[in-house]
Amino acid sequence: MNGRGEMKQKRTWQEHLQALDRRIIYLLIALAVVIPFFFPLGLPTNVTEPVRQVFDYVETLPPGSVVLISFDFGPSTMPEMYPMVRAVLRHCFVRDLVVIGVANHPDGTALGRIAMSEVAADYGKVNQEDYVYLGYMAGASAVMLAIGRDLHGVYPRDYGGVPIGEIELLEEVHTYNDIDLVVSIAATALAEFWVLYANTPYRQQVALGVTAVQALNFYPYLDTGQAIGLLGGMKGASEYEKLVNDLEEELGIAEARRRALPEAQLRALERRFREASIGMDSQSIVHAAIIAFIVLGNAAFFTLRRRRRAEELAESARGKGTD
Amino acid sequence: MNEVSLWTGFWPFTPERFAIWVGAILTLCIYSFLYRDNPFYKFAEHLLVGVSAGYWALIYWNANIVGQLLVPVLRGGVLLPLVPGVLGLLMFTRFFPRFAWISRYAIAFYVGGYAGLAIPSYMQARVLAQVHAAMAPTVSITAALLLIGLICSLLYFFFSREHKGVLGGASRIGIWFLMVGFGASFGYTVMARVSLLIGRMQFLFRDWLGLIR
Repeated sequence: MNGRGEMKQKRTWQEHLQALDRRIIYLLIALAVVIPFFFPLGLPTNVTEPVRQVFDYVETLPPGSVVLISFDFGPSTMPEMYPMVRAVLRHCFVRDLVVIGVANHPDGTALGRIAMSEVAADYGKVNQEDYVYLGYMAGASAVMLAIGRDLHGVYPRDYGGVPIGEIELLEEVHTYNDIDLVVSIAATALAEFWVLYANTPYRQQVALGVTAVQALNFYPYLDTGQAIGLLGGMKGASEYEKLVNDLEEELGIAEARRRALPEAQLRALERRFREASIGMDSQSIVHAAIIAFIVLGNAAFFTLRRRRRAEELAESARGKGTD
Repeated sequence: MNEVSLWTGFWPFTPERFAIWVGAILTLCIYSFLYRDNPFYKFAEHLLVGVSAGYWALIYWNANIVGQLLVPVLRGGVLLPLVPGVLGLLMFTRFFPRFAWISRYAIAFYVGGYAGLAIPSYMQARVLAQVHAAMAPTVSITAALLLIGLICSLLYFFFSREHKGVLGGASRIGIWFLMVGFGASFGYTVMARVSLLIGRMQFLFRDWLGLIR
C-alpha cells in the first residue's frame, strides 16, 4: 500500500535480524568477553599433540642444555604471544636450561627483554649466569644462516652492551651444534624463516609458537618433521601453561611458592601463570556467541528468501489469473 | 572482586599508573571507532603511527647504522661494512630523478643476494621436503585423507582440460577439501582477533579499573 493512509507492516524477526545494527553485535561480543572475567567457568584445557610435542622435547633436555628463544612479535599480538613466551621461559627455568634470547623483529626487542627479566626474577635466575639476552639484529635470514657459522660474530655484544666474549655462559656456544632447541615465538613470517634457514641447512631442531591466524600454515612442517611442535595462538599458550603448571605441582614448586609468598603476591603470580587459560573462558563464550549469530543469521536469510519467493510465485499466479 | 575504584586505582600517582591511564585512554579512543569515526580515534591512530615510526627508526639506526657500520668502521677499523653502507646511500638517489638510475645497482645487489639465500632453502623446505613427506608410504586413514585431499586439490587447479568426468568429480572433491581448509583458517582468524579483544578488556578491567583480580 502506498500513500498517507499506509499502515506500517509489522516486521518479522527475520527482518529485524537482517537490519540489526552492527553495534549491537559489538556490544554482545564485548559482554561475552567480559562476563567470564567476573564469573569464571574454569573450562578444562585439553592439550593437543603439537603442543605436547614441544613440551616433551624440552623435558628430554638435560640441565644446562641451550635453548635459543626468538622474540618476533610486537605489542599488537601480545595477548596471544606473551603468555606463550612466559610459559616456555618458565619451563626452561624450571628445568635449569640455559636460555639465549634474540629478536629478529624490532618490536620484539623490548618485549623480549621485559619477558626474560620478569620470568627470570620469578625463578631467581640471573642475567649472564642463567640466561642472556642478545637483542635485535637486522637482516633475519642472514642472521639465522650466520648463527650456523658463528654466533659470536653475529652478536658481538649482548643487549646491555657487554662483549659476548666476556660472557662465560656463552663460551661454549658458537653454532647450532651447541644449541639444542630454537623456539620461535613469532607473529610474522619469521617463524617460517627459522625452518628455512636454521632447520633446512643446519638440521637445527625448531619449535614454533605463532598467532592463531598463522597456525594453519605451519601444520605441514610438523608432518615433515621440519618443526618439532607448534603452539597456536592463545589456545596453544593455555595448553602449554597447563603443562607447566602441572609440572610445577608435580615437582612441588607450586606448593613451595604457596608457602613462601604473601597472599597478594602469590595471587598476582598465579594469575600471570594462568593468563591464557583465563582468557580461554571468554574465548569459548565468544565462539559460542559467534556460532549462534551465524546460525540465526543464516536461518533468517533463508526463511526470508523462501517466503519472498513464495510471495513472488503467488503474485505471478494472481497476475496470470487476472489476464 | 576488588573494592578498588577509579580514584584509588589512580592514587598514588606513579609512572606505571600514569602509563596505564595513557594506555587505557588510547584504547578507548581506538574502540570509539566501533560507534563511528571521530576525532579521538583519529588522534590515537596518528599517535600510533608516529610513535611506531619513531621507535622503528631508532631501533634501525642503532642496530644497522651504529652497530653494523659506524662502530666497526670507526672503532674497529674494518672497511668491509663501507660497501653495504655506500650501496645503502645509493638508495637515496631516488629522490633526484636525474640520478635515480644509480639506485638500481643497490636494488640489484639486494635482490640478487636475497634470491641466492632464499631460493635453495625455499625449494628444499617448501617443495622437496613436502613432496617427500607426501610420497612416504604410511598406512592410516589420516594419510589416505591427506593423499586424496592433496591430489584432488591439485586437480582443481589443473586448467588445461575442462573439468568434466573423472577430472570434474575429483576437482569437486578438491573444492570440498579447500572449503574445509578455508573454514579452519576462518576459525583460527576469529580466535586470533578475539584473543586481542580479550587482552585489551583484561587490561581495562584489571590493570586500569582494578575490577578483577
